[in-house]
Amino acid sequence: MDHAAQLIVLTLAAGTPLVYAALGELVTEKSGVLNLGVEGMMLVGAVTSFIVAATTQSPWLGVAAGMAAGAALSLIFGVLTLSLMANQVASGLALSLFGVGLSAFVGLNYVSVVITPITPLTIPVLTELPVVGKLLFGHNPLVYLSLLLFVAIQWFLYRTRAGLVVRAVGESPQSAHAIGYPVARIRYLAVMFGGACAGLGGAYMAVAYTPLWVEGMTAGRGWIALALVVFATWKPWRILAGAYLFGGVTLAQFQAQGMGVDIPSQYLSMLPYLATIVVLAVISRDAAAIRLNAPASLGKPFHPDS
Amino acid sequence: MLKLEARPEPSRLAGWMSPLLAAAATLIVGFILFTVMGKDPWLAFYAFFVKPVTTLYGVGELLLKATPLMLIAVGLAAGYRANVWNIGAEGQLTMGAIFGGGIALLFQESTSPLVLPMMLVAGVIGGMLWGAIPAYLRTRFNANEILTSLMLVYVATLTLSLLVHGAWRDPEGFNFPQSKMFAEAALLPTLLPETRLNVALLLALAVVAAAWVFMRKSLAGFQMRVSGLAPAAANYAGISARRTVWLGMLIGGACAGLAGVSEVAGPIGQLLPSVSPGYGFAAIIVAFVGRLHPLGIVLASLLMSLLYLGGESAQINLALPSAVTGLFQGTLLFFLLAADVFIHYRLRIARPAKRAVPV
Repeated sequence: MDHAAQLIVLTLAAGTPLVYAALGELVTEKSGVLNLGVEGMMLVGAVTSFIVAATTQSPWLGVAAGMAAGAALSLIFGVLTLSLMANQVASGLALSLFGVGLSAFVGLNYVSVVITPITPLTIPVLTELPVVGKLLFGHNPLVYLSLLLFVAIQWFLYRTRAGLVVRAVGESPQSAHAIGYPVARIRYLAVMFGGACAGLGGAYMAVAYTPLWVEGMTAGRGWIALALVVFATWKPWRILAGAYLFGGVTLAQFQAQGMGVDIPSQYLSMLPYLATIVVLAVISRDAAAIRLNAPASLGKPFHPDS
Repeated sequence: MLKLEARPEPSRLAGWMSPLLAAAATLIVGFILFTVMGKDPWLAFYAFFVKPVTTLYGVGELLLKATPLMLIAVGLAAGYRANVWNIGAEGQLTMGAIFGGGIALLFQESTSPLVLPMMLVAGVIGGMLWGAIPAYLRTRFNANEILTSLMLVYVATLTLSLLVHGAWRDPEGFNFPQSKMFAEAALLPTLLPETRLNVALLLALAVVAAAWVFMRKSLAGFQMRVSGLAPAAANYAGISARRTVWLGMLIGGACAGLAGVSEVAGPIGQLLPSVSPGYGFAAIIVAFVGRLHPLGIVLASLLMSLLYLGGESAQINLALPSAVTGLFQGTLLFFLLAADVFIHYRLRIARPAKRAVPV
């Protein structure tokens, strides 16, 4: 039983970067903006948090810096697509390419640096309880935070007026504009929220999960997060489920090696990517469901004059 | 207050000016970056952008690195014009290298002049196969080709890693993950003595010319352009959206595959765990900076190649990390996208409207 509990703890830990990145992207997309730069924002968040954690000895300060860096980077995307009406697909790609380059550049001197990471909780007595101890009280604080974020987003989008406005902007910016809502400002905020979340996901990897900095360490998780949003048909709880599913797949690699299964590691490393492709194909197959659930103005620029 | 005002017609002039503006802005950023890093900016500037091409060898390297970039970019541009967003060229390149390299290793002992053509064809087929997967998933299952083609990059890289660590590893290679060196018959002939420049450049230029003819003069090319500019009109005119996706992905895959096999049959000469310093991604930027136009792409590929060379030179001469190349690549694309605003909009100085005075 303890082994099963341990496996669940590990799965949640592996899925958490995806939870952060995909929930952030969900809010961005709900406002009608498609930001393909998640991978770049995650990497910049990761490297920033790592550098700050290494220089200040405070991993939590690092996490805050990672979020700020992700938001700052997303602001470039915001200016391009929301103020300068640039193509969202091209701008998002640019953001990812830039983020990969920028993080590699600034992180160069930190590749073999060791930091004090954020470690999983150990509460006396509680965490030591058999089975449920680890399950309830043995996660990384950032894992709990991601669950909190999920609840907050679910509540915000479907239970608050502000959330309704965000969704309205995503469905029909023309109508929202006509009623008098500041479409561009709302979209800016949604984009920056997505950036901060992606940065947080990267920071979690750099100062809690791994914890180290390696060039390109997110290994495509930003892109998987984008696929997750489609997979979840833009529903927060399905993002959570999908993220842990992928966390489990990532884990299979280490588990198999641990059990001494003799197949080249590359096959297992391919699994998350192949799983993403298969899942995407299965979900997208129902074109009507995608059209129904996707924010109607997703990816389309909005200029009040035209 | 400055205000963006929609132009009645897109400006052609702005379209051609914006890559120049973007390149200039990137240079200025480079200048500032060098200064901030405590280097003499003029010296750094010289080392980065001029020194690499002051020798014949350097010019050869410039053209050598521009070759895969223009090849891939011209293939991607065909798709982008039709709104087919293939961003997995890096994977298609890797597959091309695997297929072409496989032929080279299979005919290791042969001296036949047919080995090289077979390799090139195999490389093209490999790239096309890898491009066909996202095309199939898009046309059959409606799966977004951006995400599937990118996921396949990781799968291709891992496949190559699997091969050079396993079945194709050189038994006399001291356990390094690399294949045997290709035989002479499997290598592309050099074009310029004293340089590494090979005939792949001529192949690439021929492909660029063919792409121009295809997009400008052929019916299929015309249909692809219409699909990109006005999907509804294309649909109304009976242009098959499926065919457009297939064509876009296959052309992109074929070109990237050819670039991949040209790398392993050219400057690399064997299979290694990594056969490209991100050419497949840099080519996306080349395609945009080149305005998806063959001639523009050739010029943009030279600029991008210079960024690669400059990065290497800066590392040797200035002790700057070569990662600065990636930074410049991204910056260039940002500035281009920003400058593109002037194609559809113009800046107007808007005076605050006079408030109506209540009588």
